[in-house]
Amino acid sequence: MSAIFKREFKTYFTSPIGYVVLAMIYGLSGYYFFMYNLANGYADLSYVFSSVMTLLVLLVLPVLTMRLMSDDKRQKTDQALLTAPVSLTGIVLGKFFAALLLFAIGISIMLVFAVIIATKVTPDWLVVFGNFIGLLLLGAMLIAIGLLISCLTESQFVAALGTFLASFALLMVDSVGSMLSSSTVAVAITDFLSISKRYSTFTGGLMQYDDIIFFVSMTALFLFITVRVLDRKRWN
Amino acid sequence: MINVQNLTKRYGSHLAVDNISFQVSEGEILGFLGPNGAGKSTTMNILTGYLSSSEGTVTINGHDILEEPNEAKASIGYLPEQPPLYLDMTVREYLDFVFDLKQCKFNRKKHIAEICRLMQIEHVYDRLIKNLSKGYRQRVGFAQALIGNPPVLVLDEPTVGLDPNQIIEIRALIKNLGKHHTVILSSHILQEIEAVCDRIVIINEGKLVADDTASALSEKYSSDRRRMALIAGDEKRVTDILTHLPGVEDVVCYGEKEDGVYEYAIEPQDGADFRRALFTALSKEGYPLLGLRSMEMSLEEIFISLTREQLPQTTRKGGKSK
Repeated sequence: MSAIFKREFKTYFTSPIGYVVLAMIYGLSGYYFFMYNLANGYADLSYVFSSVMTLLVLLVLPVLTMRLMSDDKRQKTDQALLTAPVSLTGIVLGKFFAALLLFAIGISIMLVFAVIIATKVTPDWLVVFGNFIGLLLLGAMLIAIGLLISCLTESQFVAALGTFLASFALLMVDSVGSMLSSSTVAVAITDFLSISKRYSTFTGGLMQYDDIIFFVSMTALFLFITVRVLDRKRWN
Repeated sequence: MINVQNLTKRYGSHLAVDNISFQVSEGEILGFLGPNGAGKSTTMNILTGYLSSSEGTVTINGHDILEEPNEAKASIGYLPEQPPLYLDMTVREYLDFVFDLKQCKFNRKKHIAEICRLMQIEHVYDRLIKNLSKGYRQRVGFAQALIGNPPVLVLDEPTVGLDPNQIIEIRALIKNLGKHHTVILSSHILQEIEAVCDRIVIINEGKLVADDTASALSEKYSSDRRRMALIAGDEKRVTDILTHLPGVEDVVCYGEKEDGVYEYAIEPQDGADFRRALFTALSKEGYPLLGLRSMEMSLEEIFISLTREQLPQTTRKGGKSK
């Protein structure tokens, strides 16, 4: 697992993908941080986190996950991975954590922003960390989904598009819920699935067990499905 | 070392591998022959755990590939048909990665340097794999299989893309590796199989059609034990000498092939070898022997006759000289 993790992480920086992803995160969030916080003298980072970052997650994560599995299949390097003494879970987790680490490095820029604010006024650290952890958990879940989709195709483009649509649909669950507000069952379901609602409690600095468990278990579920799909392919 | 029992693989309704069983013992080099699409690569992919079989078992070094995949896979070095190379890595990075992936316990630098020397890829060590020629990529793929010094090597067409000199080197290398490793080698090139392998398995349309040594195969499949001799000199006199040789059953003259040179088909008595007696008798009488060849089938002819059974047996022409 560690060999795959190391290789995947390094590959982000031997290809343009790692640089593009980091540049997108740093550039966009830096721009909003400057416009919103610095230019207005506003100490609350929640806006930059919640609005800008959800957009970034939507744009950046598909790029991060698109080639994780599809490229191995296209280049036939999966033959090296699957015939090595490594379990399927090890392969999937190695790739997952490589993407998660790059994503974490990307969003860590928010902590730098918080430190910059801290030189002038004390920021609400709970809100900052809540935002950070919420974003990390959201990212982990979407990376797991992206990994699964990347596993289903040999084309990086299809993988990226699929991940984008899946993430977009998940973020849209709320508006579906409001359209179906007459049905209590539908509302219960959309409330449960609503990642934006769950994420927004983090942005308020509130860390609730059920939200953490939701994100962690969803991540685990999609990773598990990815392993099953990989295994299934060997039988067909 | 390798035990394959009743291996079957279905792709939907298509039967790619049909109930194949064979064993390979330690230190043996097994040649895997078959026309395109016969199921060679599928079988090798199942042996190495890349694909799962629909039915049947594969045991490598005492470990079932499905029950104890990690132990079984740790005993195998696999060179697939298309070497599994990350094109965006240098040879150094790639071999380092494979070393980690296989969780080798050796001294990293020494082990990798040794393999690079063996495969003669030291001078491309720091180049990106995507900039290497097909022959070098093939060798890097081969090096990858050797990392960790696994007791079993599975090589799917290892000499594809190499130039004739390299092919000879790689064949010698495989032969050498076969002293300490168990090797399964697939190839289209029959001379290669014949030159390198101790035993040959021929599969066709997913079925095992032959499993034996090359010489046993040619003995089994060619009923013709005659030898064709080209001898200069008077036909009648020579026929007389030949007929009276010990160990000769029958002699037929096939006519004049060159000026004053006749061809004779000599049928030996069961198991008899008349070659020495033939030479002495002819030289005593002053009739030069210009050629002697066996009518036994070459591996090529056996292969053709086994894998194209639907065709009439006219493919069986005269054998090659032995």
